[in-house]
Amino acid sequence: MNHLQLVLSGLFVGSFYALVALGYSMVYGIIKLLNFAHGDLYMLGAFAGFIVLSVGAGALGGGFIALIAIMIVAMIATGGFGMLLERVAYRPLRSAPRLSVLITAVGASFALEYGIAVGFGPTPEVYPIGVQDGTLHIANAQITYAQLAMMAIAVTLMVALDTIVRKTRSGRAMRAISQDPKACLLMGVNVDRVISRTFFIGSALAGAAGVMAGAYYGKIDFLMGFIIGLKAFTAAVIGGIGNLRGAVLGAIVLGLLESFGGAYLGSEWRDVFAFCFLILFLTVRPTGLLGERVTERV
Amino acid sequence: MNDESTLRAGEKPSAYVSAVEEHTSVNTAPALKGAGISASSRSAIGGGISRFLASRWLGLGAAIAALALPLISSSTYVIQIAVDALIFVMLAVGLNIVVGYCGLLDLGYAAFFAIGAYTSGLLSTQFGWPLIATVPVVVVAAIVGGLLIGGPTLRLRSDYLAIVTLGFGEIIRITANNLDFTGGPNGLYGIPDFGDFGLRADIALYWITAVVVIAAVLFSSRLGRGRIGRAWRFVREDEDAAEAMGIHTYRVKFAAYIAGAIFGGVAGVLFAAHQTAISPPSFNFLWSALILMAVVLGGMASTPGVVVGALVISLLPELLRDAENWRYLLFGLLLIVFMIFRPQGLLPARTGEPGRRGRRAQEGAS
Repeated sequence: MNHLQLVLSGLFVGSFYALVALGYSMVYGIIKLLNFAHGDLYMLGAFAGFIVLSVGAGALGGGFIALIAIMIVAMIATGGFGMLLERVAYRPLRSAPRLSVLITAVGASFALEYGIAVGFGPTPEVYPIGVQDGTLHIANAQITYAQLAMMAIAVTLMVALDTIVRKTRSGRAMRAISQDPKACLLMGVNVDRVISRTFFIGSALAGAAGVMAGAYYGKIDFLMGFIIGLKAFTAAVIGGIGNLRGAVLGAIVLGLLESFGGAYLGSEWRDVFAFCFLILFLTVRPTGLLGERVTERV
Repeated sequence: MNDESTLRAGEKPSAYVSAVEEHTSVNTAPALKGAGISASSRSAIGGGISRFLASRWLGLGAAIAALALPLISSSTYVIQIAVDALIFVMLAVGLNIVVGYCGLLDLGYAAFFAIGAYTSGLLSTQFGWPLIATVPVVVVAAIVGGLLIGGPTLRLRSDYLAIVTLGFGEIIRITANNLDFTGGPNGLYGIPDFGDFGLRADIALYWITAVVVIAAVLFSSRLGRGRIGRAWRFVREDEDAAEAMGIHTYRVKFAAYIAGAIFGGVAGVLFAAHQTAISPPSFNFLWSALILMAVVLGGMASTPGVVVGALVISLLPELLRDAENWRYLLFGLLLIVFMIFRPQGLLPARTGEPGRRGRRAQEGAS
């Protein structure tokens, strides 16, 4: 068993999970909503990139510059859709019972999946950009340049997000709303606009991950977001849901766990292993690695 | 199969019940206004319809119609889809206990369905048990599954339960797919039925299914109106208040979850007998989502609503065969639209109103 190889592939998968888990965790942190449709926004990002590629394949050429350009377009499209979703489906229900909001989120997820199935057909689409090139050898393990570049992009996006949330004015508003939305309203924070912005950022990150997954795996289909949505939630719970650095940590832990678990138990048990770990974690430490114990006020 | 008010006439709810139920009606009032029709006219029309639907004669009539179906039309096609629809009704009624009565979102309900189908399928094909003898084992297996998932998650916020059950559904499906003794991706086949009792085999199965499902519908509606049902509704409306009033919320939620699991497991036995072959794709998330839609669109906590919702969702594919993806897209959009404009569903629950009205009339007379 080549442990270094397992660590590298775990880190790579973990960086995908982290991009999706961040959006999950952000939205949950601010309005306490489990956005089931988040995994489907990842799928939507992959399809947005697919459309751009199919339309402008000749003009863009290949390589990483094209990939980054496509990613930016897909991020804007997915982010915009996330805002629309919040405006249409979640905002009218902000004061409704929790069950109604959860059911709405399930409906949104379902509508997105089958909307894409109606538009593109249920068969997988082949992604017209491939990024398979050189390989870097480290000791007895190997990692492709494509994997390295994607990890770099993911880390850049995470650092950018962390800076936005910690340093900027709107980041401060987000943190304030997560503490007390009513007080924010009284202090003149435009709560609706900040929540919209949060949805934009979270969805855009998921969209970026979707394009990366499309380019890396070469195939996309309308159900690709289902499992990764679950995994991202698991990552967010492991790290402590609502905590952004925790989400990244949880995603890396989950990536490594899966990579080692898959190697020792057989890859067909990888998903079962991850979800069992979620249940175990909720039993032992429901607040996650970095989460704080939150007392619920009546 | 409607029985919301069977035996209701003899029931005189206590003041405590009325208080809980008034609480419920307050919550649905804004939703009625949101629909753009004045609340009074809407409730008069809706009240009339739902009173009609909740009358015990209609429930009795529906049960008789269900039992008499093979005498009206005995074509294999009709019997086939009728058994499917009845099993779906049973699943919806079982999920209604969890989602409707207790307000817990279970997104992996198909897991219990799978546990039931696989347990009885394995015992009958590998060990040669008669199918009826597998039912107690199925019930135990469903309870164990419910304990495993409910134990850690029911103490947490309800959101966690939703996503953990989603994961549980996947765990069960992937496990069935990977193990050898469950037949892997091919599944199990050659599952026997309950015996034909001298009738045509599918009609015998139909009658058994119909009796079980009618009993299940009755049982769940009685559960919902008993002491435990009131506790469930209280927990759904306000968990903290329920806790403060001395309800052991964790135990009460557990009871709902386990009851739902047993319903799902028994429906799985019927499914295994009906299909004679089961495989992992029969138990994917789509199933769980469709059952949830039947409950939500029909009307959470309303037995007639849930039964009608289940019949509509299970019979609709027969009418719209080609438009599968469109249908699911529509269901997804409908869930959002219903939650925003009509969260109580098409045929909302009418809890205990006849009793209250009766008592007021008496008070006025005296």
